[in-house]
Amino acid sequence: MAKPSSSKGSESSAIDINNLFLTFETQTEPVHALSDINLKVEAGDFVSLIGPSGCGKTTLLRVIADLEKPTSGSITVEGKTAHQARLDRAYGYVFQTPALLPWRNIESNIHLPLEMSGYSKSEQKKLSQEYLSLVSLTGFEKKYPWQLSGGMQQRVSIARALSFSPDMLLMDEPFGALDEITRDRLNEELLRLWEQTQKTVVFVTHSIPEAVFLSTKIVVMSARPGKIIDVIDTNFPKDRNLDIRESKEFLKVSQLVREGLKEGHSDGS
Amino acid sequence: MNFLAIIRSRPLSGLLCLIFSIASFISFQLNEINEYALNSFIVIIIATVSLLFFIIRQQGLVLLSICFVALFSGTWSVLNLIHSFDKGVVMGLDAWFLVSALWFLAWNNLVQLSALKTKNKLIELSLNIVIPVLFGAWIFFLWEVITIGMSVPQVLLPAPSLIWQVFDGFGATLFADFYQTFVRSAIPGFIMGCGAGFLVAIAADKVPFLRRGLIPIGNFFSAIPIIGMAPIMIMWFGFDWQSKAAVVAIMTFFPMMVNTLSGLNETDRIDRDLLHTYASSYWRELFSLRLPNAMPFILNALKINSTFAMIGAIVAEFFGTPIVGMGFRISAEVGRMNIDIVWATIAVAAVTGSMFYGVFALLERKLTFWHPSMRKS
Amino acid sequence: MEAKRLFSMLIGGTIGPVVILVTAIIMIWYAGAVYLNSSFLIDRYEKNNIEWTFSQLASDSWSMERPVLPSPHQIAKELKKTIWDKKITSPRSLVYHSRVTLSSSMVGFLMGTFLGILLSVGIVYVAALDRTLMPWIITSQTIPILAIAPMIVVVLGSMGIIGLVPKAMISTYLCFFPVVVGMVKGLRSPSIILVDLMNSYSASKVEVFWKLRLPASLPYLFASLKVAIALSVVGAIVAELPAGAQGGLGARLLSGSYYGQTSLIWAALITASVISATLVTIVGRMERAVNNRMGLQI
Repeated sequence: MAKPSSSKGSESSAIDINNLFLTFETQTEPVHALSDINLKVEAGDFVSLIGPSGCGKTTLLRVIADLEKPTSGSITVEGKTAHQARLDRAYGYVFQTPALLPWRNIESNIHLPLEMSGYSKSEQKKLSQEYLSLVSLTGFEKKYPWQLSGGMQQRVSIARALSFSPDMLLMDEPFGALDEITRDRLNEELLRLWEQTQKTVVFVTHSIPEAVFLSTKIVVMSARPGKIIDVIDTNFPKDRNLDIRESKEFLKVSQLVREGLKEGHSDGS
Repeated sequence: MNFLAIIRSRPLSGLLCLIFSIASFISFQLNEINEYALNSFIVIIIATVSLLFFIIRQQGLVLLSICFVALFSGTWSVLNLIHSFDKGVVMGLDAWFLVSALWFLAWNNLVQLSALKTKNKLIELSLNIVIPVLFGAWIFFLWEVITIGMSVPQVLLPAPSLIWQVFDGFGATLFADFYQTFVRSAIPGFIMGCGAGFLVAIAADKVPFLRRGLIPIGNFFSAIPIIGMAPIMIMWFGFDWQSKAAVVAIMTFFPMMVNTLSGLNETDRIDRDLLHTYASSYWRELFSLRLPNAMPFILNALKINSTFAMIGAIVAEFFGTPIVGMGFRISAEVGRMNIDIVWATIAVAAVTGSMFYGVFALLERKLTFWHPSMRKS
Repeated sequence: MEAKRLFSMLIGGTIGPVVILVTAIIMIWYAGAVYLNSSFLIDRYEKNNIEWTFSQLASDSWSMERPVLPSPHQIAKELKKTIWDKKITSPRSLVYHSRVTLSSSMVGFLMGTFLGILLSVGIVYVAALDRTLMPWIITSQTIPILAIAPMIVVVLGSMGIIGLVPKAMISTYLCFFPVVVGMVKGLRSPSIILVDLMNSYSASKVEVFWKLRLPASLPYLFASLKVAIALSVVGAIVAELPAGAQGGLGARLLSGSYYGQTSLIWAALITASVISATLVTIVGRMERAVNNRMGLQI
C-alpha cells in the first residue's frame, strides 16, 4: 500500500490552499466562515490550527477532508483535488467524539475502513492487532465501545484512522472532551505515533500548550470572518516529552501564539 | 410497651394474616350449620406461621420457605374445599376469613421475595420470572375462589377450571380457529405489511421529496382507526382469510414505514461524516451504518405490529367470515351465551399474542444489545 | 428564475410534498374506482347490449349507486348529506354518531389516564408492585384485548350496564397502558444529581414527588397521551360493533357493511379519522407547549 513517497524537497506539498473562501448561506445573512485562506503543509509536518471557537478551524479541516465545499479558491491534497483525495482514502479523520459504532466491537470497528478498502479477513485481523498494540489497547478487541473509558475510545478511533495507512491524519479537537491528565498522556502518545509513522498531521485545538507541544507549525486563526492571522514555526527536538513545557523556548512560543490570538481578537471587534 | 414496638417493626401484612386466620378458626368453631368442613389443621398452621413473623427477628430464607409451604397448603386446601361443593353452595364466613389470611400471607411473601438482593445473575433472572408468575397464579386462584365460592353465574365469568375443561372436548375446533386466524390471516398480513413498509421506507429515504411527504401522511394514518377498513376489505377480497390479511397488512404497514424512516434518519452527523471520509458508497453506508442504527426502531415497529396483527385479524372477522376463526368464535358463542368457550378462545389468543410478541422482544435483545436502552448499568 | 423558485418551494419543505402526494393518492383513487367498478359495469353494458366508450365507463363508475369503491366526490357528497343536511339529533346524522363515539372515548381516555398515573406512582414507589405488576401490565397488552371488546359490552349489557360505560371501559383499558409505561419512565427520569440536590435540602418524599418527579415526567406523559387518545377512539369504535348498538361510528360502519353501502362506510371512516387526527393534534399542541415550558426543544 506504500504510496509514491513525497519527500520534503519535492514540488507538491501535502496540502496546498490558495485564496480559499467559504460562505454559508443562512436565512438571515451569509456567514463568512473562511476568508482568504492561504496555507501550505509539507509532508511530515505536524500542523495545529488554533483559534477561538467559531473561527472556522474545524471548517477548514472539513474543507481539507472534502466534507465541506469551498465557495471559491483552490485546494490540493497530496497533489490531487480534495475530492479525489477522499476517494483515494488519502487521510484518516479523527472526530471530536470517538464516533465508534456501538453495535461493533473494538476490533470490528477498526475493520470498518479496511472492509471498504477491500482488505482480506486475515489482513484486517493483522492490522487491527498491530494498531491496537500501537495505541496500547491489546486485549480489548472483543469489548464494545460503551464498555471503554472516553480516553480509550478516542485511542481506538485513532487506531482506526491509522489502520489503512493513510499518509495524513486529520484531527478535530480529538482530546477536547477528556480530562487534563488523560489529555497529557494522549498528547505524548500521539507525538510518539507521529514520530514512528512519519504521517502528516493537521490538528485542530483551542489549547495553546497542546498546540505548542505537538506542532512543527502553528496556524493562528481569528473569528468572523475566519482567517489566518499568523503562522508560527517551532523547533523542538522530535523526541521531546512533557517536561519541555517548563523550558524557556516553550514559553516563548506560547507567548507568541497568545499575542497572535489577542491581535486577532482586537481585529475582530 | 415492648410488645407494641415489636408489632410496629414487623410487616403489617403478617399481623393481618394472624388476625384473619384466628378469626377464621373461631368462626369455624362457632358455626355448625356449614355443609362443608374447613381443614382446621391448615388454619392452625397458617396462624402459627404468621406468629413466626413476630417471634423470629431475622427473617431469612428459611422463614420465607416456611411461609411458602404454608401458603401452598392453604391455597390447596381452599381449592379442594370449593371443588367439593355442590352447585349453588357458597362459601361461609370462615372460609372467606381464611382466604383473606392467605391474601396477606401471599402479599407478605411477594414483598419479601421482591426485596431479596442477589449478585448472582441466574438467580436474579429466575426471580424476575418467578415473582410475576406467582402473582399471576395468585390472581387465578382468587378468580377461581370468587367465581365458585360466590357461585357467580357462568354467563358473567366462568371459573378458570371450567375454561380449562373446554380445551378437552373442544380442542380441535379451537385449533382450527387458531389456524384460520393466526396462520392464514395474521402471519401473511404481517409479513406483507411489514415488508412493504420497510421497502417503501428505504425507497422514500433515498428520495428526500418522498421522505418529507410520507412522514406526515404516515403519522396521520397511524393515528386513525384503520380497523374500520375491515368492511371495505371484505367487500374487495371476500369473506375468507384474504380480506383479514389485507386489513392486517394495512394496519402494520404504517408503523413499520414511519419507524424505519425515522430510524434511518437517526444517524449521527459525525458517523455519516466518518463513512464519508472513507468515500463509502450509498449501499455501503446503508448496510454498515444506517440500517444497524435503525434496528431499534424497526424492532420496535415489529413489536407493535405483532399485537396489531392479532387484533386486526380477530376484529376483522367480526364483520363477516366463514364459520371458522377466533373472531367468529367469540362473536358466535357470545350470542349463544357459551362464555366458557369465549374465554378459552381468548386464552388461546392471549398465549399466541404473547408468544408472537415475545419472539420479537427476544430478537430485539439479541440484535440491539448495544443500544443504551438495552444496556443495564 | 421564478419558475425555479416555485419548483424548489414545491420540492423543499413539508407542505409541497404532502400536497403533491395527497393529489397523487386521489388520482390513484379515481383510477382505482374505475378499475374496481368496471367489471360490474361492463357486465351490465353487455347484458343490455349497450355500446360503451372508456369515458362513459369512467363517468358511470364514478357515479354508481353502490360502487365497490366510491369516488372521492361521492364520499364528499355523502359527508355533506350526513353532516350538514341532517339535523344533528337525527340518527342519520354523522354528527350525532360522532358525538356518541367521542363522548365514550373521552370518558375512557380520562379514566385511563387517571388510572395509569395512579398505577405508575404505585409502581415507582412500591418495589413489590414494580416486580409483580409491571410484567403483567406489559403482558396484558400483548393480549388482543380489542378482540374481546364486543364480548365485554355484551356481558356487561346482560348485567344491566349499558350505554356509555361499557364502551368507555374498553377505551380505559387501552389507554392506561401507554400512560403507565410513559409515566414510570418519566417519574424515574430525574438524574441522580437532581435527586441528591433534593436530598441536600432534606426534602420529603412528597416534596420530591411534587417538585421533581412529577414535573420531570410531564414530557413523557404527553408523549404517551398522544398514543392513548388515538387508542381511545379505536376502542370506542370497536366497542360499538356488537349488533344492537344504537349509535356511534362503529355501529355506522357495521350497518354500512350489512347493507353494502360503501359510501356510508367511507364517510364514517373518514369522520373517525378526522376526529382521531384532530384529537392527536390537540394533544400534540399541548405536548409542545409543555415541552417549551420545560425547556425541551423538540
